[in-house]
This record gives sequence, C-alpha cells and structure tokens, in this order.
Amino acid sequence: MDHLFFLLTLAAYLGSFACYVGFLVTGREWSGRVATLLLACGLVAHYYALLERSRGLHTVPYHDLSGSMSLFGWLLALTYLSLEFFHRQRSVGALVLPFVLAFLLFANAAATNHNATVPAKGVAFALHVTLSILAYAAFGLSCVLSVIYLTQQRLLQQHKVGSIVWRLPPLDLLDRMSQSSVLVGLVAIAIGTALGFVWVDRLTGGVWHYDPKYVVTLLVLVAYVVYLRLARNPGWRGSRASQLCIFNFAIVIFSFTVVNLFFSHAHRYF
Amino acid sequence: MEIVLVGLNHRSAPVEVRERVSFTADQARQAVAELRAKGIFHESLVLSTCNRSEVYGVPPESASESAAVLSDYLSRFHAVQPEHLSPSLYHRYDRHAVRHLFRVASGLDSMVLGEAEILGQIREAYRLAYESGATGPVLNRMFQGALEVGKRVRHETELGTRPMSVASAGVKLAERIFGKLGQRTALVLGAGTISEQVVSQLRDRNIAHLYVMNRSRDRAELLAREFAGKVIGWEDWDAALALPDVIVASVSTEEPTLKRPMLAKAMASRGNRPLFVMDLGLPRNVEAAAADLYNLYLYNIDNLTEIVEQNRDARRSEIPRAEAIVEEHVEKFLTWQASVELIGMVEALRGKLKEERADFVRERVERVPHLSPEQRVQVESLMDELLEKLLLDPARRLQGEKDLRRKIQNVEAIRDLFLPGKERRQ
Repeated sequence: MDHLFFLLTLAAYLGSFACYVGFLVTGREWSGRVATLLLACGLVAHYYALLERSRGLHTVPYHDLSGSMSLFGWLLALTYLSLEFFHRQRSVGALVLPFVLAFLLFANAAATNHNATVPAKGVAFALHVTLSILAYAAFGLSCVLSVIYLTQQRLLQQHKVGSIVWRLPPLDLLDRMSQSSVLVGLVAIAIGTALGFVWVDRLTGGVWHYDPKYVVTLLVLVAYVVYLRLARNPGWRGSRASQLCIFNFAIVIFSFTVVNLFFSHAHRYF
Repeated sequence: MEIVLVGLNHRSAPVEVRERVSFTADQARQAVAELRAKGIFHESLVLSTCNRSEVYGVPPESASESAAVLSDYLSRFHAVQPEHLSPSLYHRYDRHAVRHLFRVASGLDSMVLGEAEILGQIREAYRLAYESGATGPVLNRMFQGALEVGKRVRHETELGTRPMSVASAGVKLAERIFGKLGQRTALVLGAGTISEQVVSQLRDRNIAHLYVMNRSRDRAELLAREFAGKVIGWEDWDAALALPDVIVASVSTEEPTLKRPMLAKAMASRGNRPLFVMDLGLPRNVEAAAADLYNLYLYNIDNLTEIVEQNRDARRSEIPRAEAIVEEHVEKFLTWQASVELIGMVEALRGKLKEERADFVRERVERVPHLSPEQRVQVESLMDELLEKLLLDPARRLQGEKDLRRKIQNVEAIRDLFLPGKERRQ
C-alpha cells in the first residue's frame, strides 16, 4: 500500500516539477497553478505514504534513514508551499522541487523491508523529531533561496539579463523569503529541542545527558539567530547574508551527517 | 447580428489624418449616441488612442451599407473631406473585425509590439460606451473577450513582459532588485528629456520619494514640480547620495559626475543598502570602476540598449504564440455568436411555421365540413406537435455541432432556405 502512495507521490512531484519549469520558462499562469495543485496532491499522497509506514512501525515513521529523509522531503515541500502562498511567488518552485524529489528517491532507495518496532514512542518524541526535521527542511529551503539570490545578483551585476532573470522573484523578495524560512526553522528547532529535553526527562528521569548533538544544535540555533539579526542590517542584507545562510546550512549538514553518524548517542537519523 | 469595424491607425494613415480623426471622451459619447439615433448601429463603441481611431458597431441593415454610411459619418463628424479620409480607412466585418480587435488588445497591432497601454485604453473605451448604454450583448461579449485575450497574451507570452525602451528597461531592472518601488527613493541627476521619461516611469510605479538635481536649478524645479519631487542643490552631494535607492544620471558632462570615491563614501554612509544606478549620459556620468562596490548595480546606456535589443527579438519570437491565443478566442467568440444566432433563427423559424400553419388551417382545414370545433383544435394541436418535432430535432443537432465552420454553414443554409430576406453578409 505504501508503495502505491510512493508512486502517486512521485508522479505528483514529477508533474509539479515539470509544470514549475514550464511556468519559469514560459510564464504561463495555468502552468504555475497546475504545478501548485500537483504539489499539494503530492503532499497529501506523501503524507499517506508516511502514515502507512508509521502504522507498520507502530511509532513515528522516521526511526531510520529512509523515514527521516522521506519526512525531510515532505516538510521541505510543505514549507515551500507555505512560503509560496505567503509571498505569492511561485517562480522558484522549479528550483526547489528537484531537492524534494531527490529526498523522496533517496528515501525509497534506503528503505529496508523489515519494520522493526522501536523503543522511542510518545507524543513528545514525535513532535521533537518532526519539529527538528521541519527546522532542517526550512533551513534547507533558505539555503536554496540564498543560492538563487547570489546567482541572480551575479547575473544582474554582470548585465546578463536573460528571460529567467525577468521571471525570478526580485532580490529583495528572495531575501525576505529566505528570512521567513529561517524564522520557521528557528521556531521549530527551538520548540523541537525543548520537547527533546522533556522526552529525555520522562524516559530517564534526568534532563541532561550529554550528547554532542546538543552542542551542535545550539550552534545551529545561534548561527541562524545571528543570520536573522544580520540579514536585517542594511550592510549585511543581500549577498553577505545569503553567503552566511549557505554557511549555516553547511553546519546543519555537518550536524545531520558527521555528528549523527559518528558522535551522537541518540540521534542517528535526525 | 453582423459586426462592422471602420477605422484608421498608424499604418493606414499619416499623423496629420490621425490627429484630425481622433475622439475625445465627450466626442466618443456624442458619436455613439448619434450612430444609434440615426439608426446606423444598434450597438457601437469608439476606440481612440494616439495611434488609432476605430468605430465598432452592430448594424440593423446590411453591413456593407453601414460601413459606407459610417465612413461618411466620420468625414462629417471630423469635417474631413471624404476623398482625403477614405484612402486611410480600413473596413472589417464579423470574424475579421473580431480578430482585429483581439490583435489590438494583444498589442500585436501596436506601433511598439506588445505595448501594455492599449489594454487600459480598450478598457476605458468599453467603460465609456457601456455607461452610455451604447453597447449590447454582441459588443459586451466582444470587448470582454478582448480584455481577456489581452491579459492572457501578457501573462502567457513574453510579448508584454520585457521593456522596450531604455527608460522602462532601467526601471524594470530596478524592480528586479527592489521589487515594488512604492517604498523607495529615487534621485535624478539632470532635467532633460530622458530624465523626464524615467521619472514618468518611476511615478507610474508610485515611487515614494523623488529628488532632482540639476546645474540649472530652474529646470530642476520645473521637473520636480511636474512630478511632485523635491530639488536638491547641485553642490549638496553628501546629503543627496545618502538618500536614494535608485540614481538616474543624465547630465551633459566631459568628466564623470559620480566618481568611485564619492559613491564609496555614499555607500558607507547609507550602510551599504543596495543602490541601482542608471547612467544614461554620454559621455558617461558615472565612473565605471564604481561597479565593483558592494551592493551597487551600475547600468550604462549601452548595457540598457543591449537589453532592449534582446527584448525586441524576444518579443518578435512570441508573435506566433500570441496569434494562437487570439485565434483561440476568435473561435470561442464565433461559437458563442453562432449559438446565439441559432437560437434567434429557431425562434424566427418557429414563428414563420406557426404563421404557415395558421394560414393552412384557415384555408384548408376550416373548409372540411364534418370536423367539429373540438376535432379542429385537435388537428391544430397535432400539427403544432409535428412542427415542433420537425424543428427541434435539427435545432438540437445543430446546437451540439462541434465543428464551428459546419455549424455556421448549416445555420446560414437553413436561413437561406427557410428565411429568405435575412441573408447574412459573407
């Protein structure tokens, strides 16, 4: 059943990607609307795919690499769609959907057949993991937006104004979209981390169990607070803030990979 | 339900003729009222811009005659000799009139391909005619269709998206950086024609603050007054450069007026906020080395001209797509028109058959001696039923006909066969 939902999700995301590209290249309004609609359909199908997986595991569906990557893709798409509605701007969809598709496909490739029951359960744990991954997805989206910003800025400064430049959002809007995304990520990671402590407290009876992940998460939090502060400073607003945003996401990747795999005791896949 | 268009434009008439045949809003109101009063048109609308004057109408009689009468009317209305006006006038009928209007709305018939202003002018002309009560179902549908076509072409093609003048290219580039300019400040150096063009574009985009600097303070004040700006003294550079998000430089000068150190100092004093500089002067007004300053975007006249040239080519390549949208909407309009005509024709045919039936009953059935009044009513009712059946089945089939050409041909064939004297103009 979850395979069917996976196929539906894949088809919707692929269709959405094609339509977003069509919208970016031709500017056809209907193409953009269909892209948004297909993305929304893909999100629903993806949700059911995660739900089916959750039923198999009898807990949150991301206690392994496949689940957490799939959830990352879903939350990335959800965050993007929210930003699209909030800023009424859909021309960057063509540049975000490839990442959503990549996470979906990697998650599928990394899936294992046996769904072992895991000890980590409970609402606090579920929210802790979901919000943490939402934060990473939002930071990932802000990184993509920053890369678009820097590319477009370079094209404008070099006077290479092709048809895509006329269709992409203005630099100022890209900057604001990136900040909105980081704000979502910061709120999510702050609440998610707090819930993590609550959950550990319930599980072990003590709040503090040293894990290198805590330190790196704190570093990520501080890095993005600094970004938000500097991005509103006229002297930093623009390319410097975008570069900082990309650098910050490098810390997130470090936390997501090296720290999880080699240093953390309890955080293997999120 | 024929449609007639008589008009002239920048291709058919020289400017001396165009300016004599243009309509003010009051004249347009007067013309549509007169055309109706004189029985030339049931519905009419005047579209008058600096490049075209066109009258659209739905006449009660043969379209050919209406076009000739309208041409005479235009000559009289504008006091131009018919022999001077006639060579400049073009006449379009039905499908061709509809296509013409839709092409005009798309910007395909404009002097500057894809220009956006025409859509607003059509909207205004339609509003004026509608409020005067001069339009009816045909022109309402046609002009609403034209506005839809114009919007679609601008949304779905690049015909109208890219700027076609140096001034608009510069302003659109500023929007690529800042988004909407409603909260932004512009500083204009120089008060010549090109500055005026840019200022006009900036005002159209509701720029929040506008400052003008010029060696001659009088000219600066003139420009500032015209566009609700403020004047800054020519020597007051430090204060002036700290303010704007957009600088438009168009000063006659031997040496660059804005040197790199001046701009570097200004950028530092304004916290490196992004600054877009349009250098429209020749020789250049801004030192080229300033382009590498952080958050400064410098475009000179050559850069902007190159963009305009690229855009011109891009717009031309969009013509087939725009024409396809126009054709799609022409077919849509004609399908609607054929359906409306079909309904009217069926009603006319029903009336005619009922008359024939009444005559037949009067002449033949009433002479049959042994029919009682009840039986006669029954015979009449059966005849009515038969006529309805004969009429309704073909009408339904015709209504459902998908092929527009076939539908129109069939409607016309039925009209020719059963309703002679109501032929449609080819």
